[in-house]
Amino acid sequence: MAQETYPADLLYHAEHDWARLEDDIATLGITWHAQDALGEIVFFEPPAPGTQIAAGEPYTEVESVKAVSDVIAPVSGEIVEVNGDLVDSPEALNEDPYGAGWIVKIRVSDPSEQDALMDHETYVASLATTA
Amino acid sequence: MSRYTAVTPDDLARMLATIGVDSIDELFSSIPAGVRLGRELALPDGLSESEVYAHLRELAGRNVSAEDEVCFLGGGMYDHYVPAMIDMLLGRSEFLTPYTPYQPEVSQGGLQVMFEFQTAICELTGLDVSNASVYEGPSALAAAGYLAKLTNKRRRFVISRGVHPHSREALRTLSAGYDMEVEEVPLRDGVTDPEAWASAIDETVSAVFIGQPNFLGAVEDVAGLAAIAREHGALVVCSADPLTLGILEAPGEQGVDVCVGEGQTLGNRLDFGGPSFGFFAARSEHVRRMPGRIAGETVDADGRRGFVLTLQTREQHIRREKATSNICTAQALNALAGVVYLCWLGRRGLVELGELMVQRTAYARDALCAIDGVEAIHSQPVVREFAVSLDVDGLDGVLRVLDRCAVEGVNPGYPLGRTYSEYASGLLVAITEQRSRADIDLLVGVLGRAVAAERGAVGATA
Amino acid sequence: MSVQSRPGSHETAMQRDRAETIFAKGAPGRRAFVAPAIDVPVRPLDELIPAGMRRAREPRLPEVSEPELVRHYVNLSRRNFDLDSGFYPLGSCTMKHNPRLHERVAALPGHARLHPFQEPSRAQGALELMWRLERALSEIAGLPHVSLQPSAGSHGELAGVLLTRAYHDARGEHRTKVLTPDTAHGTNPATVTMAGYDVVKVGIDANGGVDIEDLRAKADTDVACLMLTNPSTLGLFDENIEEIAKIVHDVGATLYYDGANLNAVMGKSRPGDMGFDIVHFNLHKTFTQPHGGGGPGSGPIAVSDRVEPFLPHPVIVRRRVGDDEQNGQDHRHPADPADTGSEIFDLDHDRPQSIGRLRGFQGNYGCFVRSYAYICSLGAAGLRDVSEVAVLNANYLLARLGELGVLDLLTPAYGRVDHVNGGEDVAESPGARRKWGCMHEFVLSGAPMKRELKIRTLDLAKRLLDHGVHPPTVYFPLVVEEALLIEPTETETRETLDRFAESLAEILREAREDPEIARGAPYTTPVRRLDEGAAAKRPVLRESL
Repeated sequence: MAQETYPADLLYHAEHDWARLEDDIATLGITWHAQDALGEIVFFEPPAPGTQIAAGEPYTEVESVKAVSDVIAPVSGEIVEVNGDLVDSPEALNEDPYGAGWIVKIRVSDPSEQDALMDHETYVASLATTA
Repeated sequence: MSRYTAVTPDDLARMLATIGVDSIDELFSSIPAGVRLGRELALPDGLSESEVYAHLRELAGRNVSAEDEVCFLGGGMYDHYVPAMIDMLLGRSEFLTPYTPYQPEVSQGGLQVMFEFQTAICELTGLDVSNASVYEGPSALAAAGYLAKLTNKRRRFVISRGVHPHSREALRTLSAGYDMEVEEVPLRDGVTDPEAWASAIDETVSAVFIGQPNFLGAVEDVAGLAAIAREHGALVVCSADPLTLGILEAPGEQGVDVCVGEGQTLGNRLDFGGPSFGFFAARSEHVRRMPGRIAGETVDADGRRGFVLTLQTREQHIRREKATSNICTAQALNALAGVVYLCWLGRRGLVELGELMVQRTAYARDALCAIDGVEAIHSQPVVREFAVSLDVDGLDGVLRVLDRCAVEGVNPGYPLGRTYSEYASGLLVAITEQRSRADIDLLVGVLGRAVAAERGAVGATA
Repeated sequence: MSVQSRPGSHETAMQRDRAETIFAKGAPGRRAFVAPAIDVPVRPLDELIPAGMRRAREPRLPEVSEPELVRHYVNLSRRNFDLDSGFYPLGSCTMKHNPRLHERVAALPGHARLHPFQEPSRAQGALELMWRLERALSEIAGLPHVSLQPSAGSHGELAGVLLTRAYHDARGEHRTKVLTPDTAHGTNPATVTMAGYDVVKVGIDANGGVDIEDLRAKADTDVACLMLTNPSTLGLFDENIEEIAKIVHDVGATLYYDGANLNAVMGKSRPGDMGFDIVHFNLHKTFTQPHGGGGPGSGPIAVSDRVEPFLPHPVIVRRRVGDDEQNGQDHRHPADPADTGSEIFDLDHDRPQSIGRLRGFQGNYGCFVRSYAYICSLGAAGLRDVSEVAVLNANYLLARLGELGVLDLLTPAYGRVDHVNGGEDVAESPGARRKWGCMHEFVLSGAPMKRELKIRTLDLAKRLLDHGVHPPTVYFPLVVEEALLIEPTETETRETLDRFAESLAEILREAREDPEIARGAPYTTPVRRLDEGAAAKRPVLRESL
């Protein structure tokens, strides 16, 4: 399992999700904290490309042996690409949550939403208060 | 202190002292005075073990069981022989007294039994995956309806009138909660009317339900009925008698998506209707919407093969209001009897038993239909059960015929008029390996005389 | 105890015996079954069942002899832990002794070989037994009407919520929500969804009871029902139950009692008197139907007058001979001598407002025989004794864990009672009043243990296996971190409870020295810790043949 990290180039949502923004495309995933809380992830149901997802709303689920967790969209948009490799290798969500464990790429519909997200320092500070 | 508790006065004193209270009543002090019973329950005093035995034996003695008469009753449960070995295995503490295998390291026996059971059910039904049991047949069929609803979110069920009446009712009862419309397709010459079937099914149908063999004993054209449903994207659910599946084509080979059924015929006692078990098998794409426990294979920390409950995120204790079913306790011990029975029969035995039933049933059907006043209700192929009509006055006439036969120690079968108004004077006759040719010949004589007597009696009063 | 896990070197005999299914055993041509001879004229199969309907390929069942079959399953049985062999304090499951008398009476042919379609006039003993059991359950619940039909607790819950729906529908009301507390069994919310209602969660207060203010805020005329277990899954009796009932009834909703914890209150308090409208019983918990490795169970329901018209059919009725009056509510003692000849029992299907059938036939009759025998054995005083000892045992175990210091690392999350008796100073003096209380079970949090010893509740549970006891329920209820739900039942002796307390203390002591031991446990079981993740990732759900 990966070491606990929260990269500085990402934006974070309070439900332990991250977004990497490049122009109007955002790559989304779950944070180290989320995968650690869930434990070994064993199943991922890929959402369909073309689906509209809304900030703060669940867009897919991940499952460990004894838990199911909604994955929350940090920003709104249309899914343009899904990480199909996770279907066969959901362990990538544990082993490399910011790399091979990315979940979807979306075309962002409202760039202003990112203002509501946290930078890595704020997110790490929020973890300290909830833990 | 009763004989099932062990607290002596000395124990009690020491335990109360350790707890730090003066009396047992103090331990119940959180119960508000207004809801304390404040009296003894209005139940009789307890009895000794021998007295309880005598009382329960007296009650048993006022039932006429298949031990006491020559019994041709069927209609979903059948008087098959239960091998002695099954009594022994089910009585073993290690199978009888644990609960659901929440700790797999000390439950490998039960888990492996589930895995073997799933394998056997997959083989019988010709489907990819099976769970480890549900309650019993009719609720299994209703559970298949819930799977269909979760799968395609459509609003109608279409069910053949040949499906067991209790299954049809359970589907209506349990789907009322999630507001499904249930349409019944009538029978024609003993089987599901194919034209009515085709006209009932369209794109709004979530699932269709077929009984194999159906309640009148007839073998249905499952492949043909399934094909019509599949054209419209409806799920095909078949409720099958597993003991006929050594003879009849596997539902999985006939376009069926979910095969469910009553498992009593597999090594379980009649028990006046339960406990038995239901089975639930499906194509693999439905596995994550299946109800109930499923055992899976894995390895332990040293690489040894082992078994665990798996895909548990479907279940109520994890997914709660989004679960695929609310089922928790199912019928593990009865399913154990089922898999042991199938192994006892073995690959050839299942087929041989099926052939024996087919031959004796054909003999019995011919012999009964040769009686004056007895006619076949249909001429469809049958495996173990067939429906005839008696030339008497409806259900009441049939019940009087049954009373006459009971006096002679024969129970000819189930009066169909109890659940099918269109067959008011119908009789459903079931054959098992315990009903010999001599028993059948006895039935022919007794039923013939009873029907003649009933017609004579009615004629005399008319 | 070695913490090595190299295969082979420290294997027990049973660990060396690798799992092999029955499908891998036997040989073509072997058999345990010999069919009776075909004694009727044999006709060609094609004449009887057309080839196109017949099976093309035989099911690949095993081919084994009877001795092989017996040995396979007896050996498998030895890979199970069971209640007859040892302590099984699985919270919420009431793992009490299963008297063998019950197996004997259930196996009497008059019960075991009775066909469910036998005419009621020839099944009088069975119908009378069911009627007597109904009367007894009615008295225990404090509610007048009973249906034995549901197959298990969750099936009873579904019946109860469907009854609620029928009740409101009959009054022309269309309600949409069912309330369940955060501590509820998973079956409650799952049932609510299956019955077509939305789940609304109600919070719990500092004592683990229903948060009255939250309930008040959420109870409105869209609420159909509140589902509750009392004592709760935290093992605590909700002292506000009368007020809860009033709030629920004031908005016209029904109050449903999940009877999983009934073992705490038999003869002490009755759900009907608490204001509940619908109760389910778990015969496999409270009334000692053996658990069977996960069933069979049985989940009868008892209901109030206003819910009665909607009960599943058929219902059992008693009729006086020559008297048309149906008497389902007679209050005769359930074990009084039969008045044979002057009364008959029947199945009544003519119930126009019934929700219908939930399943086939009359329910799990074999379970009724066992539970009825249990009630006859114990009687009123015996059933009360069961609940008193169940509660005594739980409180004693809790107190012993306190004495041994276990509660410093496994802390009770709820159930503090010493404030009633004067606070902690008093509680800590020798021979003082108790600090923690519970009903028949209690919940501990392993959070301090996880923090201090770096082992989880799961590790503790697995290490208990090496001590020869079945672990308590773990990770439930969900509101308690690293939860451990312990229900000793009335079955156990003081000595057994003492040994269990000492085992927990010993495991914590050991973990303080070397937490790796617990993390690697178990060591002595037929297999060691199993990889559940691998099983779920790439499911292998049947033997490949």
